[in-house]
Amino acid sequence: MEWSFLLVQALSGLASASSLFVIASGLTIVFGVTRIVNFAHGSFYMLGAYLAVTIVPWLLEFDRSPTLFFAGVLASALAVGALGVVMEVLLLRRIYRVPELFQLLATFGVVLIVQDLVLLVWGPVDIPGPRAPGLRHGVYILDQRFPAYELFLIFVGPTVLALLWLLMHRTRFGVLIRAATQDREMVGALGVNQAMLFTGTLFLGAALAGLGGALQIPRVSASAQMDLSIITEAFVVTVIGGMGSVPGAFVAALLIGLLQAFGVLVFPKITLVLVFLLMAAVLVVKPWGLFGKPEAAAGRAVLPEGILDPRPLDLAGKVLAGVALLALLALPLVDAYAVKVGTEVLILALAAFSLNFLVGNGGIVSFGHAAYFGLGAYGAGLLVTKAGLPMEPALVAAPIVGGAFAALFGFFVVRLSGIYLAMLTLAFAQIAYAVVFQWVEVTGGDNGLVGVWPSRWAASREVYHYLTAALTVAAIIFLRRVIHAPFGATLRAARDSAQRADAIGVDVRTHRWLGFTLAGAAAGLAGGLYAFSKGSIDPTLLGIPLSVDFLSMILLGGIQSVLGPVAGAAAFHAVKDFFMPLTDHWRLFLGLSIIAMVLVFPRGLAGAWASLRRRPA
Amino acid sequence: MPRFTVSRRALGALAVAPLARPAFAQPAPIRIGELNSYSRMAAFAVPYRNAMQLAQDTVNAAGGVMGGRRIEFVFRDDGSTPGDAVRVAEELLTRENVAFLAGTFLSNVGLAVADFANQRKRLFLATEPLTDAITMAQGNRYTWRVRPSTYMQTRMLVEAIRGKTVKRWAIVAPNYEYGQSAAANFKRLLPSAIPDAEIVAEQFPALGRVDAGATVGALAQSRPDGIFNVLFGPDLTAFVREGNTRGLFERRTVVSLLTGEPEYMIPLGEETPEGWIVTGYPWEQVDSPPAHKPFVEAYRGRFNDTPRLGSVLGYVTVQIIATLLNKVNALDTEALVDGLADLRSDTIVGPVTMRGIDHQGTLGAWVGETTLRGNRGTMKNFRYADGADYMFPEDEVRAARRSA
Repeated sequence: MEWSFLLVQALSGLASASSLFVIASGLTIVFGVTRIVNFAHGSFYMLGAYLAVTIVPWLLEFDRSPTLFFAGVLASALAVGALGVVMEVLLLRRIYRVPELFQLLATFGVVLIVQDLVLLVWGPVDIPGPRAPGLRHGVYILDQRFPAYELFLIFVGPTVLALLWLLMHRTRFGVLIRAATQDREMVGALGVNQAMLFTGTLFLGAALAGLGGALQIPRVSASAQMDLSIITEAFVVTVIGGMGSVPGAFVAALLIGLLQAFGVLVFPKITLVLVFLLMAAVLVVKPWGLFGKPEAAAGRAVLPEGILDPRPLDLAGKVLAGVALLALLALPLVDAYAVKVGTEVLILALAAFSLNFLVGNGGIVSFGHAAYFGLGAYGAGLLVTKAGLPMEPALVAAPIVGGAFAALFGFFVVRLSGIYLAMLTLAFAQIAYAVVFQWVEVTGGDNGLVGVWPSRWAASREVYHYLTAALTVAAIIFLRRVIHAPFGATLRAARDSAQRADAIGVDVRTHRWLGFTLAGAAAGLAGGLYAFSKGSIDPTLLGIPLSVDFLSMILLGGIQSVLGPVAGAAAFHAVKDFFMPLTDHWRLFLGLSIIAMVLVFPRGLAGAWASLRRRPA
Repeated sequence: MPRFTVSRRALGALAVAPLARPAFAQPAPIRIGELNSYSRMAAFAVPYRNAMQLAQDTVNAAGGVMGGRRIEFVFRDDGSTPGDAVRVAEELLTRENVAFLAGTFLSNVGLAVADFANQRKRLFLATEPLTDAITMAQGNRYTWRVRPSTYMQTRMLVEAIRGKTVKRWAIVAPNYEYGQSAAANFKRLLPSAIPDAEIVAEQFPALGRVDAGATVGALAQSRPDGIFNVLFGPDLTAFVREGNTRGLFERRTVVSLLTGEPEYMIPLGEETPEGWIVTGYPWEQVDSPPAHKPFVEAYRGRFNDTPRLGSVLGYVTVQIIATLLNKVNALDTEALVDGLADLRSDTIVGPVTMRGIDHQGTLGAWVGETTLRGNRGTMKNFRYADGADYMFPEDEVRAARRSA
């Protein structure tokens, strides 16, 4: 390979890296100050592109000058920043006092809403933006032609980095951002107006995302899938760099851009998984990312988020659980479709319950729980389709497969904590997804495998419903028992203070590892049951969207409650099933429902139930 | 007394007749469940649904099917995942009492619904999924596909470059089943058209996330004479822009799947490259058969938009369904499936036969070259490649479907 080619390929990588950094810097600043895992950051990026393909051509009508082009780009970025302020004031400000994870759910609702609003406003056809006047051409670098606009992009990243450095070190606002990133409580205690600080941060973060999107329009067309394609990559960059660290994000973006540019030369098919491999490797070696530091509050005793006191059910609770169970068992009296939906609710309830066993009881926030659900489904499905085994042994294998992979991944996962732990679960889930996706000979690739149907005796919807009910209810009762048992209490102790638990002789890591494995096994069982209810397996069962759905379910139900996730799964699935047949824009309504529930029941459905019960008669 | 009642009923019927056509003794309409990615793939699926509604109304205005029964499509979003789609299919069959199912866009969704239809023994007309598996290795008795498959469209393109002196080929395809299988088909078919051709590079960017600069650089480095492109949608726009600026396409033969379809051509706009050999649908230039122009006019008149390839597919699907129902004159699934075998329908693009051996329709595609007219792309030197000439060989079908 000639040097000129390697140079140009490196420049391509730098241009990508620069674009990625602009977006990721906004995400990392927002996380640093507000501790919100802002899923809507990708939506801001998409809105930036859509606004730019609207504003910039309109400006270029007056004069095709570079000045007007960049004025349009900046105007789009500022407009997106204003939208960030709107989100902060209308939504996030109302929920700062609730568990941090809840804000994640709210931003996920925003993602769904923005997706459909973009389709409503701009229509489904991709919109190409104009090229930048004066930068349309290619320039020769040695004997290779390279786009002038990308040369320009290479300088945007360092410029933004320099401007952010000036902001952070030369302005009061920047100093406060840095202070809040290091210790938010202390900044509040010193009398800083947090509302203003958070609003300003959201403005800055959203404007950077919008700038990233607007700068892309000469290269890519604005499309409704942009948000999800960028958000995972932006998360990976911020995590590798260390959450809250702007220079870290810069280094991480460079690393990813160059790795991508040269990776495709060696392994053309590695595109799916490369960034996640890098993230997993970095987190295993450096648990706080490259430039991140352990949180100042890490050793401090804080009010834990999650199950506090798993009391036995009181009379009303028992009645409610009994009625719900009876209703599920009586579904065959309604109609065939109700049975089908009921079966799915039971399966999702088990998956959600197993996730809350980790999140609510163990403080282990997993962003990749669908991996164990999907691997269980694949374990069962492959035994049926490839080995020709019947349903019964396959259903035994499902939790074993889910548990085995949870044990493997969990071994590394439980060494971390907080957001880094969550991102490592996401990385492992994506690696598992990529393997299933790409190993066509065995897994059928993204087409998946069909023919995963129950044995003859369980083939009817009703019998399968009762089989599912028996297995899921038994598994939920078992997990609930574990929560009440000393093992569950030990996990809670490790969640609330790892040091103190350690001091009284608890082997924190082993306990968390066992908990992770158990939850993975339960999710695997749910996955196996799901495969047989659908007749097919495919990689979407391991995907990020399903993991996010599970998180939404437990948050809707309430992570402080033992049985709340079951109600959350039922509510989430019912809302989706209600809106999907009604309209193409069911994502909009699902998103609105999620946000409404977040605002009305800030502690989940179970929290609402509890406060109803506690109210004096 | 009875006489009075009868006449009052007749009066009532007369009064209602102008409002709703099913006035007296009108049999219930035939309901057909159509599930598709109306939300996630709206650019394709909405024009598709529009044309289906247009065709449905045309069929009903002409007296319906089976001697006077109307057809009625029940449209549902398939959620773009197999899990959601199978639940929606179940809802259509159990709650909406549809006679059979049609639709789906993504291949994994299509395959899951196909297997579900096989399990429930109900007819499923897979309209859009392109994967070869749905009619080959994973084909089943109850599933039929309308659109030309990945193999057929690749073969049409390879046919178009037969005898060219382009030796060194590079492939770029999205990293999922459609891209991989198009690349595999191309590699397999290429030697038959250009005996001493070789593949010098392959790139598989992630779907929807092409790193255009790195990909274009890697392709150019292999110094190919020809490029086979499978990218579409936002990836295609990014790839074309990057390639145009870096001169990747200069003095090279580019062969590209689906690029001539309005769905993908419209976003390219003035960046549309000149002279790519593509499959597509130049709707404004197609003038045979005679039924096509009236379709375009009716579509534009009703929806104030130009037809897309999805519109053709939707309209043709309804025409096939109407032909089927008229021929079988029953809604029994087994009779419908038997009736589809080698069923020939006259459609707005000519005759389409549902081949009995592999359940694949002979709907074709337009093969030609891309060109820029004004600031929008279109096709020139094109012809309609009848799908019947590009089907899988029969012995291959038998071997593949044996296990099915």
